[in-house]
Amino acid sequence: MTDEITKGTTAQPATEESSSPIDVTGSSPEIVADDTTDDLKIVMGEFEGPLDLLLHLIRQEQVSIYDIPVARIADEYLRHLKAMQDMDIAVAGDFLVMAATLIELKTKMLLPRDPFAAPDEEDDPRKDLVDQLLEYQKYKAAAQMLWSRATVERAVFKRAEIETDKNNPEVTVGLFDLLKVFQDILARHKEEVQLEIEREEITMADMLERLRNMVLSSGELNLRVFFERARSRRELVVAFLSVLELVRTTEVRLIQRETFGDIIAQVASS
Amino acid sequence: MTEETLNSSEEAVDEAALNEEASRELEEMVAAESASIEEAEAGDTGAYAIQNDAERIAVVESLIFVSEEPLSAKTIADVLKEDREVVQKSLQELQTEFNGRNGGLQLREVAGGWQFATRPEYHEHVRAFLKSRPSAKLSIASLETLAVIAYKQPVTVPEILEIRGVQSPSSIKTLLDKKLIVAKGRKETVGRPMMYGTSKEFLMQFGLKDLTELPSVEDFQDLAGGS
Repeated sequence: MTDEITKGTTAQPATEESSSPIDVTGSSPEIVADDTTDDLKIVMGEFEGPLDLLLHLIRQEQVSIYDIPVARIADEYLRHLKAMQDMDIAVAGDFLVMAATLIELKTKMLLPRDPFAAPDEEDDPRKDLVDQLLEYQKYKAAAQMLWSRATVERAVFKRAEIETDKNNPEVTVGLFDLLKVFQDILARHKEEVQLEIEREEITMADMLERLRNMVLSSGELNLRVFFERARSRRELVVAFLSVLELVRTTEVRLIQRETFGDIIAQVASS
Repeated sequence: MTEETLNSSEEAVDEAALNEEASRELEEMVAAESASIEEAEAGDTGAYAIQNDAERIAVVESLIFVSEEPLSAKTIADVLKEDREVVQKSLQELQTEFNGRNGGLQLREVAGGWQFATRPEYHEHVRAFLKSRPSAKLSIASLETLAVIAYKQPVTVPEILEIRGVQSPSSIKTLLDKKLIVAKGRKETVGRPMMYGTSKEFLMQFGLKDLTELPSVEDFQDLAGGS
């Protein structure tokens, strides 16, 4: 894998702290740790996809993109996949598809041309792949342009926002918002077919205790979660009343981080 | 209105009429109040008509200053009740004058509007003052996807994935979550796939006036073809 280090993305800012272990490859200025959804990106390190790896190999082998020595590049490609697997890196399906394509191309290139067919460039079995590479290369360059634009833009600061309701989530939760959440849950309860096993009556005091504990244990509590714990309609009503009670006694306060978002109960700071 | 309701509770018929009267009265008061505010702010009565170019430039400058979002020439023209061309000219002059100062601020056009912003060269000091860290960056995968969408919009998920040669649409989801792209309706073809395009947020985050400011993608071909 050492040869991967040579792959150069020019504008690596020296001052940026590396945010993920993948930075060992040294040429991925844009890897972010918080973007956990993109598994592929994490496991593959610097190669964003099979086309990226292929372009890298073409550059590394210093061959023309218009006249790819398929056999050589295919071998290199497979060697890289092997190396990834050796390092216990899961190779994504995209890479395997490309491997198959390359092997197929390699086979086709070995076959003798039909001597009676007219010599035609369109006939080149590599054409589709070359077109795809050229197209991808454009957007890869465009992505770099966007990256440098974003970098400059991050250094430009606009005036701070004027104080609005958005910055003050506390004022945005009204009684009706609370009622709305309650009704949502109530409606859902109605839809669900309930298996009644036992009737357990929970008192207001118990419910208050439960709510208090749930809020105190984590500092804040999504009311949706709290309401969903209720197993009967009656329990739900008691739960709702207990929220109102704790808000009334100012033990908790309710906030909403975004319009129509979930309502969160927080320990009221004095 | 609550007070009115309480006071007239003995007579139900009168209550409704009284309520109506009260709300009318309040509405008038609110209208008068907001009218006077508008008058004071925008000066849109005859008495406050802008006298000359210098004053117009000054007013334009103050409007841009108080606006949270980039302020478009059209909005300014509407507020000032002036021709858009006249406002546009004032904006150009203001920009030349303002940026000629070479100060800590710049007046720039972004996402179809005008905005004051700091100059990037002083970002370290500004950041130190704000105690802010550089915001989360986009991954290369996300940037590539964004580039495809920016240049090919409106474009469907399969089209994006094909150009990138991958199968996972997760970076598209990331861009959607970051509000850099928006759904642009469905394509009238088999399966009616959703089409995506860039958002106003995209223009703001990349400091673009509009999409035409993006360099032509064919230029990248020449650039890339060299390697």
